[in-house]
Amino acid sequence: MKNTKNETIKQISLTIDGIQVSVDEGKTILEAARQLNIHIPTLCFHEDLCVAGNCRVCIVEQEKVKSLPASCAMPVSEGMVIHTNSMKVRLARKHIVELLLSEHNADCTKCYKNGICELQGLASQMLTGDHMFLDLVPEHKYSIDMFNTAIIKDDSRCIRCQRCVRTCEELQGVSALGVAYRGNYMKISTFFEHPLFEVVCTNCGQCVNRCPTGALIERNYIDQVWDAIYDPTKHVVVQTAPAVRIALGESLGLPPGKIVTGKMVAALKRLGFSAVLDTDFTADLTIIEEGNELLTRLKKALLDKDPNVCLPMATSCSPGWIKFIEHTFPEFLGNLSTCKSPQQMFGALVKTYYCQKRKLDAKNVVSVSIMPCTAKKFEANRPEMRSSGYKDVDYVLTTRELAIMIKQAGLDFESLPDEHFDSLMGASTGAAVIFGTTGGVMEAALRTVYEVVTGREIPFEGLNITAVRGTEGEVREASLKIEKTKPEWKFLDGVELKCVVANGLAHAKKVMQDVKEGKAHYHFIEIMACPGGCLGGGGQPIPTNKDIRTKRKQAIYEEDMGMSIRKSHENPEVQLIYKEFLGHPLGHKSHELLHTHYTPRKRY
Amino acid sequence: MSDTKLKRVDLIFGEYSNVKYKVLEDTLKRSTDEILEDLLESGLRGRGGAGFPTAMKWKYTAQAPGEEKYVVCNADEGEPGTFKDREILTRVPRKVFSGMAICGKVIGAKRGYIYLRGEYKFLLPDLNKELTDYHEHAKTIGLDFLIEIKLGSGAYICGEESALFESMEGNRGEPRNKPPYPTTYGYLGKPTVINNVETFVNVLMIMRLGPIQFKMLGTTDSRGSKVFSVSGDTPIPGIYELELGMPLDRFVDEFGDGDAKAVQVGGASGFCVPRKKFKDTVIGFEGVPTGGSMMLFNSSRSMFNVLHNYLEFFEEESCGQCTPCRVGCQQLRKGIEAVKKGDKKSLYLDQLLKLSESMRLTAKCGLGQSVANSFSSIVYNFKEEMIY
Repeated sequence: MKNTKNETIKQISLTIDGIQVSVDEGKTILEAARQLNIHIPTLCFHEDLCVAGNCRVCIVEQEKVKSLPASCAMPVSEGMVIHTNSMKVRLARKHIVELLLSEHNADCTKCYKNGICELQGLASQMLTGDHMFLDLVPEHKYSIDMFNTAIIKDDSRCIRCQRCVRTCEELQGVSALGVAYRGNYMKISTFFEHPLFEVVCTNCGQCVNRCPTGALIERNYIDQVWDAIYDPTKHVVVQTAPAVRIALGESLGLPPGKIVTGKMVAALKRLGFSAVLDTDFTADLTIIEEGNELLTRLKKALLDKDPNVCLPMATSCSPGWIKFIEHTFPEFLGNLSTCKSPQQMFGALVKTYYCQKRKLDAKNVVSVSIMPCTAKKFEANRPEMRSSGYKDVDYVLTTRELAIMIKQAGLDFESLPDEHFDSLMGASTGAAVIFGTTGGVMEAALRTVYEVVTGREIPFEGLNITAVRGTEGEVREASLKIEKTKPEWKFLDGVELKCVVANGLAHAKKVMQDVKEGKAHYHFIEIMACPGGCLGGGGQPIPTNKDIRTKRKQAIYEEDMGMSIRKSHENPEVQLIYKEFLGHPLGHKSHELLHTHYTPRKRY
Repeated sequence: MSDTKLKRVDLIFGEYSNVKYKVLEDTLKRSTDEILEDLLESGLRGRGGAGFPTAMKWKYTAQAPGEEKYVVCNADEGEPGTFKDREILTRVPRKVFSGMAICGKVIGAKRGYIYLRGEYKFLLPDLNKELTDYHEHAKTIGLDFLIEIKLGSGAYICGEESALFESMEGNRGEPRNKPPYPTTYGYLGKPTVINNVETFVNVLMIMRLGPIQFKMLGTTDSRGSKVFSVSGDTPIPGIYELELGMPLDRFVDEFGDGDAKAVQVGGASGFCVPRKKFKDTVIGFEGVPTGGSMMLFNSSRSMFNVLHNYLEFFEEESCGQCTPCRVGCQQLRKGIEAVKKGDKKSLYLDQLLKLSESMRLTAKCGLGQSVANSFSSIVYNFKEEMIY
């Protein structure tokens, strides 16, 4: 074993449950046990986060040591003898789970997480049926924050593992959630205990993805959608985001990384939606609008020497990122692309273009979207998202909510046949599919922009611009030299287009800080609020970890490669809509329906 | 009575030199190894309560890799019934500063901090004046060791060493996972020696008198003397410096009001010793250790109320991060209430005793681990008071 400095890492040998094992120095007992396939139960531990060691569920017995160390936080040492299931451990662990249950509002049948709650899982594993201790729930005056359109926080179900706090702080750099008070009053709270909608929370939902219980959940709109479907006067249109089709299967018993596009369409049709359409269509449209916007800004900056033009331009597809920049870097709102996200473009077009073509009255159309995201719920409720004259997107469901609906309808998902999206706003390209992963918008935009400017395809094998394909946990910078342009783009000849791709808000913060301090110079910034991009979104199936997200990413690129059209500007329906309805990119109609503005917000 | 009187010691508060900072100056001339050898020979163990050998702590920190190291004096005297550090800092602050400076020399630290309990804010003006004097003196003798006072905000948990560092760094006062220990990862993640106020004074006195004379006091396991804070049902409450290793019955003879039924040794996190065990109990690391608190209770006191009071204290002062401590304390308090009211059968006390044992084994830090000390010692010895 070698580390980066090329020094040999010392091996430590220890015994766990009578089995000898040798692991790298610095590893924990938990990691060593996992190497032996010994399952030590955990609760506050999460692969994506730093070790907290505060739930104490993962305690083990170490010979010659009086106390029982938490295996997630205890590094291995030479000659250690560990027992993971001794009498002492079993009793203490049972006590700990019982204690957690005693302060937890365990009315499981009323809980949204019933069946997938980790505490419930532990309780059933340990058969804690006898309720050894007193119920502490009535003594605490727990509150429920249900004022937010995206996320609901129920303190009575919170077991204070602080996974959400660590997620918000480490992964996202937002710190909307923190620990307040101490002792019996200790709780997870926000700045001055304001409701979530009044604080810096970006609604990214990463905390929801990691909450082991039902303390943090998305606000679900399942019943409203069923009501709309059953209403004979309503025409219910559904759109599905690129990252949903590669993850939905996980919530329905399929392995991570399984592409289920056809089955998902089939399921949506069986649920009773009037039309099953594809957000990919507006993803392609976004590329046309955003690409042209970038070129316009570059022209203003390089040719017209306009001092007021805002460069670098940043993508605006990720609503978590939008709310983050509104709070944290409001001075950079001019740098955001004015393009709405694909979801909102879609919503606006459903109630205008689609209604016109289908001869429907927009007031009878209900527009539903299936998103890998919780922030989209907030986005759909923004006051400016009503350019069709109606609420552009009526209900946003997460991937998880769709899975619940499929289960409710009793569909055997695996055996459904593959079906196709309905036409008119249902066609997509490979460029749209990769919107679901970090670097995807950048890659899709470059595929189009380069061709617009030079008249030639982007010079990479298979159109795969691997240099901008972001990796989780890193900021990726890349540059693309533009050569031999068409005459009207002469000013771009020889320009090196500088791009940066970041995922996870902690990294976004770093990129923006560098831009603000003048340390970094870019033309184009792509930011996705969630780790790995939308595929790791806050509305995706639980659990999540790096392994699962990597598989989802592979599936997305697989889907891209399998598409016959790989460039947004070649999407036939996109070409059609410009001809029939929008006119030309950045035209009057586009501005009215596809572009938006942003609101500066305060940190506190 | 007078011939059986416990020997009074005057190491901590007594005069030690006519010339200001003379002992410090003399000690600084000695080599680090010599100082450590003397400390090791003296058998000094930390005076905060846990009793870790001071020489070893210093040695490990001295050996820890890293340029930047710190000395921290724990003056967050929060244990109920302890008030000796306040007195030490009021009467002999120079001895404390000197002890810290010696530590700085041994481990190679240039900065020292005194983490002063928030409630002791009133000591600040005098301490700062004394510190200015120390810094001037340090300049004249060419000593590169600055001391700064950091004020706590009133949390008991911040007396726990790693929570104390977190608090000093401006974070929420929550204990860290250990290992790593402060000897390698302390304040700001740097190797740090953290000792109780009294320990630093003891170090200085060992330097002054030599380890042999220090060792003449106390017992094999508990060398030297200790400042005790005596309170409760006693006609003579106050601060007394006594030899370690004394039998508790002699202590009670001298300080009790003649009707003592129990002594709580070591504050809320310590042990309760009932009358029948006074004779066999030794105050020291071989018996019942204490950070200084000695609380006497006479027969007019309800041990249920005493325990209830302690549990309420722990319930509130737990930082709340780990399950056994946060929820366990609430269950213990509610549990004894339920037994007293008759809502739970008296057998439930056995469940609670097992729970407190689990807390001792699994809590993240000393606070949660030591709740079982007072809980089990009071419940075992005064069971009938818990039930009826």
